[in-house]
Amino acid sequence: MKNLKTYLKAGAFVVAVLFFIAADHIDAPAVAGGESDITDFYAFQGENTDNIVFVANVQGLLSPSATKKAQFDENIMIEFNIDTDGDAIEDLVIQAAPNKKRMYFLGPIAPNQTGLVSTQNSNSNAEVSSVKITNYNQKPRIETSDVGIKYFAGPRDDPFFFDFAQYSAILAGNANSFLEEGVDTFAGTNVLSVVIEVPKYLLGNSDSVNAWVETKRKQ
Amino acid sequence: MKTIKYILGMVVVATLFLNCEKENDIYIDEEASLFAEGLKKTKKKDNPFIDTIWMQEDQMGRPAINTVLVSSGSKDAFNVTIPSEQGALFQPMFQANLMGLSPAFNNATDANALGFTAQQFTTALATDVLTVSLIGTTTFFDGTNVLTGRTLADDVITVELLLIFGGEDFTENPGLSNDNVDANDKEFLNSFPYLASPW
Repeated sequence: MKNLKTYLKAGAFVVAVLFFIAADHIDAPAVAGGESDITDFYAFQGENTDNIVFVANVQGLLSPSATKKAQFDENIMIEFNIDTDGDAIEDLVIQAAPNKKRMYFLGPIAPNQTGLVSTQNSNSNAEVSSVKITNYNQKPRIETSDVGIKYFAGPRDDPFFFDFAQYSAILAGNANSFLEEGVDTFAGTNVLSVVIEVPKYLLGNSDSVNAWVETKRKQ
Repeated sequence: MKTIKYILGMVVVATLFLNCEKENDIYIDEEASLFAEGLKKTKKKDNPFIDTIWMQEDQMGRPAINTVLVSSGSKDAFNVTIPSEQGALFQPMFQANLMGLSPAFNNATDANALGFTAQQFTTALATDVLTVSLIGTTTFFDGTNVLTGRTLADDVITVELLLIFGGEDFTENPGLSNDNVDANDKEFLNSFPYLASPW
């Protein structure tokens, strides 16, 4: 086993270099704490194993009282990117953007263009579905499209768990190890979630895909 | 042994997941049902995708990549670098930060339990996308499957700590390779939307 002194020396150095907060919560200065700040991304097989579920969470560390007021920003689009051929370039996107208390969804669809900028031609509204954004303390409002895609948007418990406080203490040189019983720094906090469940056949024919989520601001 | 303990932990978490209570009263949205007749009729004025241009601000594939391995001055840049270009631009920084961070990687021959050296591990991580299986189990790590997705219950932080600090057999730096928070503070749902109701 390596000795801890080495680690502490490394840790003291690292704390100067790294600013570590959780999964992606408050990960970078330009987005930290704003409406475009992604906190987490999940992708897993659904209750119906013919489907894949994608979850994007934004606006982390919301207290219950802050959650009541929290809203999706109409200037921010959440985009799920799916690469079906292993080149880390999106072949399909699923876009979610709010407008007047509803969340609108487009896709899976081949994007007009790949990369940092998204544009959409005006004749694609045939593909758009929507769901009412669930309010705090409401039962989840769920919609299902003709092709079996399920949609949800609204506040949920932050599913992320981590003793971030102790990790910070270790990095700062104030502790040597995690606690025997860790404390979940994200306990009791909420996020705004977009959850979609998509039939696998809409995601191409490969055995696996690469997926990631982006937030993009309306120009 | 740590690995077995960990796998057992995952089984416990999985069991909790299976047993979690249902929240089944689904709200029927009549307005949306009218739309559904459908959804094709979304009015142009309500459609947020028409005649809009959107510019990227944040992105994420695997958990904690930007936060752990990208240096503080480069985090915004990482968020607006497309994944296919991340490897070439960021792998050297990832490797330097990993070797600085973890005593389990402070020798050139060090590897983690996946058999990855610092260079191999950071090459895999620098392209920040999440691989998702369409033909089987989806999990970050369940003792058998590695990186085939990410479920809500996956203890991704402990998996990452083990791969960063745990060395070749998960036994190095035991105080640093598990945060000892093994599950969420609310039970997840078996059914859509899966996430627990807010606090």
